[in-house]
Amino acid sequence: MSRVAGRSVIPGFGPTLGFTLLYLSLIVLIPLSTVFVKSAGMGPQDFARAAFSSRTLAAYRLSFGAAAAAAAFNTAAGLLVAWVLVRYRFPGRRLVSAMVDLPFALPTAVAGIALTSLYSSNGLVGRLLAPLGIKAAYSPLGVVIALVFIGLPFIVRAVEPVLADLGHDVEEASASLGAGRFTTFRRVILPAVGPALLTGFALAFARGIGEYGSVIFIAGNMPFRSEIAPLRIVAQLEQFDYAGATAIATVMLVASFSLLLVINLLQIWSRKRMA
Amino acid sequence: MSATETTTESALVRRLLIAAALLFLLFFLLLPLLSVFAEALPAARDGLTVGAHALGNGAVGTASRMVAAGFAEAGGRYWAAIADPDAHAAMRLTLLTAAIAVPLNLVFGLAASWAITKFDFPGKGFLVTLIDLPLSVSPVVGGLIFILLFGANGWIGPWLAAHDIQIAFAVPGIVIATTFITFPFVARELIPVMAEQGRDDEEAAVALGASGWQCFWHVTLPNVRWGLLYGVLLCTARAMGEFGAVSVISGHIRGETDTMPLEVEILYNEYNFAAAFAVASLLALLALVTLFIKSVLEWRYGTQGGGH
Repeated sequence: MSRVAGRSVIPGFGPTLGFTLLYLSLIVLIPLSTVFVKSAGMGPQDFARAAFSSRTLAAYRLSFGAAAAAAAFNTAAGLLVAWVLVRYRFPGRRLVSAMVDLPFALPTAVAGIALTSLYSSNGLVGRLLAPLGIKAAYSPLGVVIALVFIGLPFIVRAVEPVLADLGHDVEEASASLGAGRFTTFRRVILPAVGPALLTGFALAFARGIGEYGSVIFIAGNMPFRSEIAPLRIVAQLEQFDYAGATAIATVMLVASFSLLLVINLLQIWSRKRMA
Repeated sequence: MSATETTTESALVRRLLIAAALLFLLFFLLLPLLSVFAEALPAARDGLTVGAHALGNGAVGTASRMVAAGFAEAGGRYWAAIADPDAHAAMRLTLLTAAIAVPLNLVFGLAASWAITKFDFPGKGFLVTLIDLPLSVSPVVGGLIFILLFGANGWIGPWLAAHDIQIAFAVPGIVIATTFITFPFVARELIPVMAEQGRDDEEAAVALGASGWQCFWHVTLPNVRWGLLYGVLLCTARAMGEFGAVSVISGHIRGETDTMPLEVEILYNEYNFAAAFAVASLLALLALVTLFIKSVLEWRYGTQGGGH
């Protein structure tokens, strides 16, 4: 390693990389390894009983399903927002652009109680939905609403730079060949932003399956119906069933790491296509 | 037909798309944000409602009195909620947590981005992925891992108990879990900025006889200061707002191991909604300040905050 770095005249390689690796190990790697070590110590049957009980399976279905639904909704809505922000000029555009990052900055518990007050049946929006027979808060739909809020900036910020870099020349070429705006969008623009959209989807999905603070207030947390997987971990911990909590955490971590791998591959693919 | 006409939409389609985007953002971003403040001041909201009704009946004097009374009452209750001793204890703990976690991750972010951007070594891409790891871990798991380490049955729990040191379900656990959650924030903002800066400036400084420290203080730091500031800002906002990880490892002793987000949850579950939203509104203000500074930095320096 030092042989490769030795070519640089800049000092400080050893100490900075050493500190980076030490701190990374102490704060992230060793603590995360506890989950795998502890679950490896459980028998396969105990592990399966804890990680795949019918109630926990229902929670995985909700967490993964709601995260996928919210990310899919955000793929369309986020593309629309990114398109409007990049392509059009309108009063308040900068303010809107700054607002898109709100879910990154607002504490999740605050987002959770705000969305609940808004979408519950006597809230400002929930009151409008109730006569239509739509129960937004304290239902699986509430989980999706919270995850739409949490995931939006991932899609917008992934797509924006690609849309901005997309030259007008390809669109002009498309128009000069007789394509209408919609055909140009479908055949030229959409394929160009496709990898970025997919990356944004994966990022929002990954964040959604682990999200806790914004969801537990609006979900209602009914077993088998509106209980998310991270809440199952918390419930096991409250009963001092650390092995049970760890088994569920192992499943969540394996899912997260697989997604991280997919996201990295997507980004490599996306960069190759941009180049 | 001119080129611009072939590569944009008709004015009608443009307006419809803008309207659709703004409507979506209204329901999913703006109204939730506004509702934090509206719910924190329920008497003011009621005063406005009654006042508007009175105004509709032509009673201007009554209307203004109603609105004034509503705001006065709301203001009084808001202050009472924020001045509550438990709320104060939560604010102190939240500030303490951020005051420890942010500097730690700042030093790490500087060291990591220096090593990664100024040198070539095998496995660099993998290291960057590892640094981002806490972002893809559920916050609840982020709390659990430190119980498995420091809890009574954890790896070093028995040793800690023998030496009468409490980490899990106490303040140190909250600080460590927050450090884990906010671990990548400074590094991931700094790495792209430092990479863009290249190595020429540093190599020139070293060739002119600057030491490593001089090179860092006088050459690198001025070049990356805005990216650094934004990273610290995001790190601070997340450190003060973290809920899931802290909720798992906190002892939930009011006035001792409750941070502001946990205090919001307790008040909310006690149906003390106005007080819950009053504390929440302080956190929302912090988020707005973060976004404001970020926007100012972007507009003035044209720097795009790094990817998320």
